[in-house]
Amino acid sequence: MLSMLDIERIRADFPILGRKVRNGKRLIYFDNAATTQKPKQVIDAIYNYYMNYNANIHRAVHQLSEEATEAYEGSRAKVARFINAKSDEIIFVRNATEAINLVAYAWGRANIRAGDTIVVSEMEHHSNIVPWQILAREKGARLHYIRIDHDTNTSRDDHEKGEGGDSGGDGSLILDDLYHAISHGNVKLLAISHMSNVLGNINPVKEMVEICRDKGIRVLVDGAQSAPHMPVDVKDIDCDFFAFSAHKMLGPTGVGILYTKREILDAMDPFLGGGDMIREVHKYDAVWNDLPWKFEAGTPNIADVIGFGAAVDYLNTIGMENVRLYEDELTRYMLSRLTEVKGLRLYGSMDADRRGAVFSFNLADIHPHDLATILDEDGIAIRSGHHCAQPLMERLGVAATSRASLYIYNTKEEIDRFIDSLERARLIFKVGG
Amino acid sequence: MDMSSADIYREIILDYYRNPRNYGRLEAPDVVVRDTNPLCGDEVEMHIKFEDGRIKDIRFNGKGCAISQASASMLTEMVMGKSLEEVKGLGRQDILEALGLPNLGPARIKCALLSLKVFKLGIYSYLAEKIGEDEASSIKDEATKLF
Ligand SMILES: Cc1ncc(COP(=O)(O)O)c(C=O)c1O
Repeated sequence: MLSMLDIERIRADFPILGRKVRNGKRLIYFDNAATTQKPKQVIDAIYNYYMNYNANIHRAVHQLSEEATEAYEGSRAKVARFINAKSDEIIFVRNATEAINLVAYAWGRANIRAGDTIVVSEMEHHSNIVPWQILAREKGARLHYIRIDHDTNTSRDDHEKGEGGDSGGDGSLILDDLYHAISHGNVKLLAISHMSNVLGNINPVKEMVEICRDKGIRVLVDGAQSAPHMPVDVKDIDCDFFAFSAHKMLGPTGVGILYTKREILDAMDPFLGGGDMIREVHKYDAVWNDLPWKFEAGTPNIADVIGFGAAVDYLNTIGMENVRLYEDELTRYMLSRLTEVKGLRLYGSMDADRRGAVFSFNLADIHPHDLATILDEDGIAIRSGHHCAQPLMERLGVAATSRASLYIYNTKEEIDRFIDSLERARLIFKVGG
Repeated sequence: MDMSSADIYREIILDYYRNPRNYGRLEAPDVVVRDTNPLCGDEVEMHIKFEDGRIKDIRFNGKGCAISQASASMLTEMVMGKSLEEVKGLGRQDILEALGLPNLGPARIKCALLSLKVFKLGIYSYLAEKIGEDEASSIKDEATKLF
């Protein structure tokens, strides 16, 4: 378990956390689901590459290239170990979105046919919806949604303020919908988020893989919000694809990771053609390179992959169990403090065991953008809007929510200041009660 | 310098946000025009009815933050009954002043100006039909240049 002393030490690794914003306020960064801050170990690793061994990888015999190749492939090995995969099952792309698109284009085009069903859920990020819409349209396949447990008792009349209203349901997935889809259609793929970037809910992906087992259904898990915050073991989950982004877990932007089971990768055709992904090229045909390079055409983002390796090292030093435990403590504290705020409506589970430290809410009739403006003035960075999950917003019956999302360097004291700021917003907006 | 939120969310803005004037739709409008601010999802739709070169009636609906909705409501009041000549000259400063937010920061200025954009596009589409697209195009330019 991490002590406050450990957290102070961790905070000291993040130069940006010492920054003052909005006329001298200390920054409280609660927008970690969008992207996290970077420790100096990561910034240094990138700097060190450019300063000391910048070279293209794989194709040269000189020393710099050798060092760069070793560092780049070293990152791959670290990432593989981080989620209990093998190195040749890890493909580096630009972000989680590209990882999902790679599956849609390379695997989907070859395996989804007219009349097939692709199952997603109502809580997916647009990046786990739109690629499937495109694929389904192209192939004449069907998209089927697993609903979330939520009653909207409010009218959707635009003018009715305080949208949202009372509801039962904590946003958990209605697994019966998955069973129903399987028994009524030719389901070929389940694409499901591990942790919701809006509700914070953790989905029972292992159980869902089990349901799909032996039915010829492949399972893609969108791990963009889970991999940064809890131990992930892709062999234990037994999913076929697992996608996530480096920049949401202390790493730089521009690096996404796609894990794919070896046997699927073997059979999959490449996504992009070009240099690096081939073994031999002749005038009219080519022989693909070995895995995973077959899927990494062109010069990759070498510096940032190396930087991401340093982020994985950093998280391993803390220990993902400890990350989860500390965030669990923050989550319990946040949940108890949020319930004290009058007129606050939280979306997602109240059970800390089944959620991460992502909190979406609305406060009385204050629009999320107005709320974010008021919090920003207190130096608190939160996000407001639809969080790239418009189908979920529609389901919740709201146009937007405010979202506070925490990470390993946040503290209970910051939560207190955040709650104070919410109270200030209630005063400014003259919310009664 | 950006304004503080205590300055922004004054009584008058909150009042227009919670009790918007001219909210709703018209039975037989000459023009219906709608736009959104993709960044934050603010949404404003205006229904306008013209008569003898004047704004005979106008309503708005939509959803969004206090600034966007108050600004839309105030704009409908500002233009009601006015001649086309009078309203053609409306600019960003007129709206910001009506809102009492002359120094709104860059993050929120679009919220304030969305309604003006929608209104100008409404005038444009009315005039484009009356006097031709080319004649009216300067109004469209003004609208799209707002943000
Ligand atoms: C659940 C989830 N999936 C996918 C993504 C897409 O990540 P990226 O924008 O890095 O591709 C995000 C990020 O917002 C996310 O939260």
